[in-house]
Amino acid sequence: MNAGHGNEAFVAFEHVQKSYDGETLVVKDLNLKIGQGEFLTMLGPSGSGKTTCLMMLAGFETATHGEIRLAGRPINNIPPHKRGIGMVFQNYALFPHMTVGENLAFPLEVRKMSKAEIEAKVKRALDMVQMGAFAGRRPAQLSGGQQQRIALARALVFDAELVLMDEPLGALDKQLREHMQFEIKHIHERLGVTVVYVTHDQGEALTMSDRIAVFNDGRIQQLAPPEDLYERPENGFVAQFIGENNTLEGTVETIGQGNCTVRLGDGSVIDALPVNVSRAGERTLLSIRPERAEFNLDRLPEGTHTVKAEVLEFIYMGDIFRIRLRIAGNENFVIKCRNAVGQRRLRPGEVIDVGWLPQDCRALEAA
Amino acid sequence: MAALPPYASTGQRLWYWGFRAICVAVLFFLIMPILVIIPLSFNAEDFFTFTKGMLALDPAAYSLKHYQDFFSNPDWQQALRNSVTIAPVATLLAVALGTLAAVGLSQPHVPFRGAIMAILISPMIVPLIISAAGMYFFYSRIGLQGTYWGVVLAHAALGIPFVIITVTATLVGFDRSLVRAAANMGAGPVRTFFKVQMPLILPGVISGALFAFITSFDEVVVVLFVGSAAQKTLPWQMFIGLREQISPTILAVATILIAISVVLLTVLELLRRRSEKLRGMSPG
Repeated sequence: MNAGHGNEAFVAFEHVQKSYDGETLVVKDLNLKIGQGEFLTMLGPSGSGKTTCLMMLAGFETATHGEIRLAGRPINNIPPHKRGIGMVFQNYALFPHMTVGENLAFPLEVRKMSKAEIEAKVKRALDMVQMGAFAGRRPAQLSGGQQQRIALARALVFDAELVLMDEPLGALDKQLREHMQFEIKHIHERLGVTVVYVTHDQGEALTMSDRIAVFNDGRIQQLAPPEDLYERPENGFVAQFIGENNTLEGTVETIGQGNCTVRLGDGSVIDALPVNVSRAGERTLLSIRPERAEFNLDRLPEGTHTVKAEVLEFIYMGDIFRIRLRIAGNENFVIKCRNAVGQRRLRPGEVIDVGWLPQDCRALEAA
Repeated sequence: MAALPPYASTGQRLWYWGFRAICVAVLFFLIMPILVIIPLSFNAEDFFTFTKGMLALDPAAYSLKHYQDFFSNPDWQQALRNSVTIAPVATLLAVALGTLAAVGLSQPHVPFRGAIMAILISPMIVPLIISAAGMYFFYSRIGLQGTYWGVVLAHAALGIPFVIITVTATLVGFDRSLVRAAANMGAGPVRTFFKVQMPLILPGVISGALFAFITSFDEVVVVLFVGSAAQKTLPWQMFIGLREQISPTILAVATILIAISVVLLTVLELLRRRSEKLRGMSPG
């Protein structure tokens, strides 16, 4: 599902700015179109402006400048309770004095639905999150994961076309969080609602999203589907923030079509893919994923350049090995290899040759 | 309280027993003057002292005649009627205004919050006699002195600080995102207030109301200034009774008031426990 490129955007931010104190901009000139039925994640470190954007969409913050449109209609001057947007809050915000059933019935009662209709909708929503048996409980009697499901059901029960989620899985333990990621994704696929999801967890963003908007410093650094974001980061921040990443500094030596060679600080030469470097002699920052660096040289094509690396640390992590190397003065160059049959276990102090395919080493402009 | 450990020094032993002695003395001086009133109110004689018969537990020395006097004497009945009509209305006013003030002052963007709060709380801090004199002169000017509504307004002003303090305390634990969640689901501000905020701060509102009620019900200074004979309340009648008649009926009234206070405080405690339970329930 990738509706993000349709002509008619369901949600649109146009030149949106936000400042709390009138001086510093928390959100700087945000332009973002979200398609109907899309699952879009706003990902970024805290203070990057992602939550502010979500709050402006929900109506709890007002944009200092610019326009936000929902289904073609400007919503800047519509109060939150008339926007008809569902939302899952970070701390769930379930009403503690109401039972689960009453919590879910609340938005329906506001809409003056009949008793029978309310009952049917509440039941359907609870069944959807497998909580049908819990309608009579109070939120305090539920575990964190169950409360999370109820919050999700409550955001969906009144058939909002747009559902916002503000780090909804932050308080859950790892296993439950991963389980809920898939569950939310499946519900999204089944209902076809548009979801705008805020998180600082990149794994979560990669797993769930149709597209991810990476926020930093009040701007979208890159807006792309998960695979593009991970494989083809457009700048140093995205490369660093998404997944684990090694960086090496160097100077472009030769540059050709889809291939260049870079001379590192210690004089060795290595292959790379020019992303936003354009001429020989330019300073560059190389970005290599730990799982794409290879020390089994048989697996690399003939003629691949390699560099000398000293093993500093070998960490056994069960399914993978994590090895810290010193390459060209960088002591934090990490590679990962699978714990496969016959995999060589490196020892600290050993000196090995490391190489990679040119397309896995992206030459980005030096910051 | 923990038992004295075997290694306690002499000083610690002294303090251990000294501390208990002080506690007992404090409680004795606090409670005894009140407790002593209760048996005295059943005195068969018209005195404020224990008779020989009472000390010998002779049933003939006890009677309910002071209670009969209270319920039949028109002066006392008038005072009771006044107290019962003034206190609840003053309480209602204090609760409505105090709760709104507390909710408003809990908003993060209110300017001069500290100053406004201090002004609203001031009737509790300023010596009562000064408030009373001030109200007397002010109410005389605008024609409220000596009227029912004058006393009600004065008592409401005295009760508001209690409501503000208790409601503000409850609001500290109130999760703001609940209000946002309600708005998000389509509820307007009024509905959100009555369906979400009010039920959760209700314990604070009710304990504030109890304090405001007791303040009005026990109040004697302000009503002497602001009221006239037609607004004579129970405490006022007791004050007169002490000064002019020295009738043990006062003891009977006092016993009834003690009983009411105990009931109210019990309710307060039960509500406090309920509130604690509700707070434990709010997630996050």
